[in-house]
Amino acid sequence: MTTTSTALPHDEADQRPSESQMAIVLRRFRKHKIAMISIGVLAFFLLLAILAPYIAPYPRDTPNLAGRTLPPFSVDRDGGFHLLGTDHLGRDYLTRLLYASRTSLGTAIFATVIASSIGIVLGMLAGYFGGWVDIAISRTLEVVASFPTLPILLILSSVAVQNINAIPIPGFLNAFMSWAFAVTERESRIIFMIIVVLALLGWTGTCRLMRGMVLSVRENVYIESSRALGASNIRIMARHVFPNALPPMIVDFTLSVNGFLVAESAISVLGFGIQDPTPTWGNMVNFAQSFMFQHPWMPLIPTMPILLCSMAVNYIGDGLRDALDPHQRA
Amino acid sequence: MAVANTEHLLEVNNLKKYFPIKGGILRHTVGTVKAVDGVSFTVRRGETLGLVGESGCGKTTTGRTILRLEQATSGEVLFEDKDVLKASSRQMKALRRDMQIVFQDPYASLDPRITVGQSVAEGLVIHGIGTPKEREERVREVLAKVGLHASQINRFPHEFSGGQRQRIGIARALIMEPKLIVCDEPVSALDVSIQSQVLNLLRNLQREFGLTYLFIAHNLSVVEHISDRVGVMYLGKLVELASREDLFREPLHPYTKALISAIPNPDPTARRERIVLQGDVPSPINPPAGCRFHPRCWIARPICSEQDPEFAEKRKGHWAACHFAGEF
Amino acid sequence: MTTAPHRSTDPSQEILRVTGLKTHFFTDEGVVQAVDGIDIVLHRGETLGIVGESGSGKSVTSLSILRLVSRPGRVVAGTVFFDGVDLLTLNDEEMRTIRGNRISMIFQQPTTALNPVFRVGDQIIETLEIHQGLKGEEASGRCRELLAMVGLPDPNRRMKQYPHELSGGQCQRVMIAMALACNPELLIADEPTTALDVTIQAQILDLMRALREKINTSIILITHDMGVVAEMADSVAVMYAGQIVEYADVRSLFTDPKHPYTQGLLNSMPMLGHVRDELAVIPGTVPSLINPPSGCRFASRCSQRFEACDRDPAMLELAEGRRVRCWLYAEKR
Repeated sequence: MTTTSTALPHDEADQRPSESQMAIVLRRFRKHKIAMISIGVLAFFLLLAILAPYIAPYPRDTPNLAGRTLPPFSVDRDGGFHLLGTDHLGRDYLTRLLYASRTSLGTAIFATVIASSIGIVLGMLAGYFGGWVDIAISRTLEVVASFPTLPILLILSSVAVQNINAIPIPGFLNAFMSWAFAVTERESRIIFMIIVVLALLGWTGTCRLMRGMVLSVRENVYIESSRALGASNIRIMARHVFPNALPPMIVDFTLSVNGFLVAESAISVLGFGIQDPTPTWGNMVNFAQSFMFQHPWMPLIPTMPILLCSMAVNYIGDGLRDALDPHQRA
Repeated sequence: MAVANTEHLLEVNNLKKYFPIKGGILRHTVGTVKAVDGVSFTVRRGETLGLVGESGCGKTTTGRTILRLEQATSGEVLFEDKDVLKASSRQMKALRRDMQIVFQDPYASLDPRITVGQSVAEGLVIHGIGTPKEREERVREVLAKVGLHASQINRFPHEFSGGQRQRIGIARALIMEPKLIVCDEPVSALDVSIQSQVLNLLRNLQREFGLTYLFIAHNLSVVEHISDRVGVMYLGKLVELASREDLFREPLHPYTKALISAIPNPDPTARRERIVLQGDVPSPINPPAGCRFHPRCWIARPICSEQDPEFAEKRKGHWAACHFAGEF
Repeated sequence: MTTAPHRSTDPSQEILRVTGLKTHFFTDEGVVQAVDGIDIVLHRGETLGIVGESGSGKSVTSLSILRLVSRPGRVVAGTVFFDGVDLLTLNDEEMRTIRGNRISMIFQQPTTALNPVFRVGDQIIETLEIHQGLKGEEASGRCRELLAMVGLPDPNRRMKQYPHELSGGQCQRVMIAMALACNPELLIADEPTTALDVTIQAQILDLMRALREKINTSIILITHDMGVVAEMADSVAVMYAGQIVEYADVRSLFTDPKHPYTQGLLNSMPMLGHVRDELAVIPGTVPSLINPPSGCRFASRCSQRFEACDRDPAMLELAEGRRVRCWLYAEKR
């Protein structure tokens, strides 16, 4: 009998292609039909948002008092065709809608990025270190989460809108924002402040979720196994905890985009938030309110993209959740 | 215990680990679980010391406390005469190269999101050993040693069976060229036919690399198979420690005797005396006074409930904590 | 070799006859042939041990008999005659009157098999009310009787306790009390002691042996532990990859195992008091049941493999009650 380990039964070399967990998740996601359609819907609106300045048929802000509140498919006195009609100032509705998709989706995405970053970092620290770090972060979170969100949003946004220099914004950042949203620097200041306000109130859910995930991931034996190899906290957090806590955060991210999209629309509909002349889906609905009965298409048209994008993002979130669910993994 | 230290790789003296139980609104300590309560033993270079006991006896906590995965309450752990429990974090990192662990659950002990190659190489990366190329070379070598194919280096843990994963876990420890490996129930999650593969592997690696094992398990047959000496734990204390032959042939502590007799014998023709202990293991929060085993012991006498028996060398190399050791 | 069962069984009194049972799971990855053609005959008072490793299909077999296989699994073929009635043809209502009443089951995890929000006594009494129509004092009296029978001291106090107040061993005793509440004709015990410590396992096995003498119920004992089988069973079915590979009375199985898998299994176990330098090894791992290898399913791991093994081996009857699924024995006949 040999005692060297070469006498061990070696497993046969197997030539199946290796499949990472991400690949499995993608394969499963592709089976989710509604989610795939939703991706198409969202991509469509994102494309419109990106291409808005190039495909918009008219200038964004030029009023035409002679051709106000024209219905869809009408031609104004100058012979200009308006696919979706014009608004109360005679501006082309389609043009406004295209630019609005840029503002609305952009605001939601930027707010989500900021809020998720705050939430993920704080949640990670709270969950991983526990003790005083956890207590400090969790108490702050509870205070922020118990603010009555909508009134606070309204107050903060109205302050921010009336005093656009309330928050100092570095020049380069504002320049970037104005480029990203295709608006003037004055408008981008307001957009930026709305984003900040939304994000500062909107990180708590993500933080709570991340903290919970980290608490459970932290208990895994492979974390301990790395510690036994001498790994530092930073390495363990970056290499093992973060990647394993991430999947539900991806779902959370999509749902946050939806939340911020709706929140921005809500404050805009109430007349706060981003102001004319910057169009957003929400403030377009707001202006259309007064014409609801005479010109029902006016509130209806900007409502559709809010509805479609919100549903699409929700379904994508659902699809991702199913695809990432470890219980379904065979 | 006075010992010649050159012979001993690891010496554990009066190790204690108490877990506080938090309760009430203010989360203050309302009690303690005495998971490990004064355990002393030594592990010789190149030997396998088995540690057996039922769930909750503190065997796993003992192993984890030795490696400082759990902060000890008190006591001393000397690894090559260096006190592990007092080591600074830098000294500890260095010590970790020499002291490794293999975990019970092969499904939970590998990070599902990194490849097997990365997983096995992790220790080298942490300690900054070698270039990426050299590391990969080492990983291939070590994978071959544990009976896995080098072509599997880029696969993910979910593509492997339990037995293969446990080999990956062993490879992870082995690549550090450790002196001591704490094997915490390394085969109890595996099927019988896979269990023997892993046990043989552990034994062959020990011979090839001169490894020392602290082998923690609840399965007595497995412990008997792999160990040179065996310690039996009950409710946070070591109740008996002896060479494998002595312990299984002639147990001195009544608990050990009952434990051995309780194992179902895979031989339907054998009819042997069976001692069925009554009752459950008492809670380690309020362990019985005196000898902790006395409420379940069939040879207990009044003194057993009053006086905690000393863990003493009853025969040469055969230690037991019982007032009436061997008097069955 | 003459068979010497532990107790007298009456071969004329068949309680259970399973023929050609197939249970498949229809998953996204493919059809898992978890149980693929099982034949079992169980007599009154007999204890049949089903041994096998994880994934061998032993638990699915028992769930199939009770028709408790849940989606995506389905019994796709076979008959399960219990006391002359094919359980697979009964409607759900009829099946419910059999489950927990004439056939009952004990699970591996006693602590999760009990409902944590109800008192132990109430859970037993519920069983008695449903199946035996006992009411009030009559039911609680019977409940006390059952708890005392399974060796739980102070039944009055136990009845008022919640499952979390009991230890694992005590929970398993309660489960046994519930299972025996209606004097079942067949008891299916799925790894009843696997989650328990050895000293507690010894208590539970003792209890099961004593109760078996007392109420003469038939038992199907599912386990991976050869030791438990040797101590408890009259006959044994060894399962591998969804099929029974060997069927024998307990003595012949351990003294003269026929199938190479059984032989390997017995040789690969460390056995107390028989220290060997090297354990025998069954190389490789259990094949996937999605596309099991054609021919003998054990062939790829078998040390005695030869040409015939590429074809599916049939179950060969070597003697009365002694069957093996292996080509080695076909050659010899």
